[in-house]
Amino acid sequence: MFNLYFTALKSLAVKETNRYLRIWVQTLVPPVITTSLYFIIFGNLIGGRIGQMEGFSYMEFIVPGLIMMSVITSSYSNVSSSFFSQKFQKNIEELLIAPVPTHVIMWGFVVGGLGRSILVGTLVTTISLFFVPLQAYSWVMIIVTLLMTSILFSLAGLLNGIFAQSFDDVSIVPTFVLQPLTYLGGVFYSISMLPPFWRAVSRVNPIVYMISGFRYGFLGIIDVPILLSMGILVVFIVVLYAIDWYLIETGRGLRS
Amino acid sequence: MTYALEIKDLKKVYKGGVKALRGIDLTVEDGDFYALLGPNGAGKSTTIGVVTSLVNKTSGKVKVFDYDIDTDLTRAKQQIGLVPQEFNFNPFETVQQIVVNQAGYYGVPRKEAMKRSEKYLKQSDLWEKRDVRARMLSGGMKRRLMIARALMHEPRLLILDEPTAGVDIELRREMWDFLRELNKSGTTIILTTHYLEEAEMLCRNIGIIRAGELIEDTSMKSLLSKLMFETFILDLDTSGKVPEITGYPSEMVDESTLHVEVERNQGINDVFEQLSQQGIKVLSMRNKSNRLEELFLKITEENEHVEEANV
Repeated sequence: MFNLYFTALKSLAVKETNRYLRIWVQTLVPPVITTSLYFIIFGNLIGGRIGQMEGFSYMEFIVPGLIMMSVITSSYSNVSSSFFSQKFQKNIEELLIAPVPTHVIMWGFVVGGLGRSILVGTLVTTISLFFVPLQAYSWVMIIVTLLMTSILFSLAGLLNGIFAQSFDDVSIVPTFVLQPLTYLGGVFYSISMLPPFWRAVSRVNPIVYMISGFRYGFLGIIDVPILLSMGILVVFIVVLYAIDWYLIETGRGLRS
Repeated sequence: MTYALEIKDLKKVYKGGVKALRGIDLTVEDGDFYALLGPNGAGKSTTIGVVTSLVNKTSGKVKVFDYDIDTDLTRAKQQIGLVPQEFNFNPFETVQQIVVNQAGYYGVPRKEAMKRSEKYLKQSDLWEKRDVRARMLSGGMKRRLMIARALMHEPRLLILDEPTAGVDIELRREMWDFLRELNKSGTTIILTTHYLEEAEMLCRNIGIIRAGELIEDTSMKSLLSKLMFETFILDLDTSGKVPEITGYPSEMVDESTLHVEVERNQGINDVFEQLSQQGIKVLSMRNKSNRLEELFLKITEENEHVEEANV
């Protein structure tokens, strides 16, 4: 059975990878252009007037957050739109009738989200090299935070795809939930700069922990303790995984 | 006796209380070519949906080659190939990508899947189109692609839900030949269709579902033997004469076409003799309508009357 499941996982992962590569103009180019604009406007033009942030230039300070922002958006959108499209076109039935367990279906989609977000993250990092030199305080933290965040948001995107009934449902969450949480998650500022009340409110935002962990990997500075960041990521991954598994296993929105 | 499919007391109640299946018992033998017929909304697609695990059953037992879908779903699924009614492939993928991916979901390694894709796409006359995106195919090609995809893991049981809907006559005949060959090679086939002629031509056994119940489950031969009469259409060279047929209800529908109703025990030779004696030549002859169609309507109507009487 292991061979069957592994082959199925590979097939689904290849299919998902081909999907986002086939439509690269929609999946890879926009985040690169958007973050390039952020680098130019916030980092280069405005950043020069802001000065130092926790001992680093403003440009250096925002680079990890901007990379993380594109990773979050890419992993989420990839899985939510791919899963919903398959539901909409009914080709999810190809998987439902096949001897593929729910875990394999989930990991197939997660691998797609992971691949796209790593590719986008790499492209954005490459663009950032035109503005600031690459520095890495801890490669392990960079890689671990990147992978866990990408898995977490792939699972969140999957949840969105499971519940979505229309293409509007797929775009509502990124626009009205994900984007505000990312902007308020400390991409452009350190939450230690906020008044105590807003600092406490910010700690409810899970994206704060991811950006903090990722920035630690690059610059060695943190908004929240590393263990707490990792703990939050693990908890969210486990909870989302369990919910997604239950919903797909019971056929929520997939089987009548 | 090995059964490809065993269904016992299968019930399905949809949300909102619609009873789609009211306790179906059905067995399909290994190697059979079985037709599952019924009017729209009778429960055919729901039955297929439960067997292929696209629909959650309410109660009952389903076994595929002895693998219970409740306890051995993976092995049960491995035995089945499904050609659904609606096109459900990704229209933006190429023909070969679609079939190769599907094989992968059944554990067929990529190298082997590529080989099989050549075999089944050639059989389906789609090999030249292997790099074309599926949305660019004609309706008939899309149907063939669905069949090729379902065969990629070489299932023992192939379920076809309206496989020839919207397919032109020539192509339909080609598909029939292909399915006959497939069945001869040992694949059990279950077919639902609206073309009753198709079922009559292809299938050995037949089940008729109506309002969620299996009202007929028998051999095609024995079902057709229930037909008491047939209507024949005779094309005549009358040379201006009006044919008079005694002992058979008949009607001239135009100057040269005669409809004659013949009972099973009567035979049609006497009609030919009467026409010959009147100096009328029979140029050609055919059935007015498909025999199975007449029976199907009769059976479903009878069942409807019984239900009305019971209310």
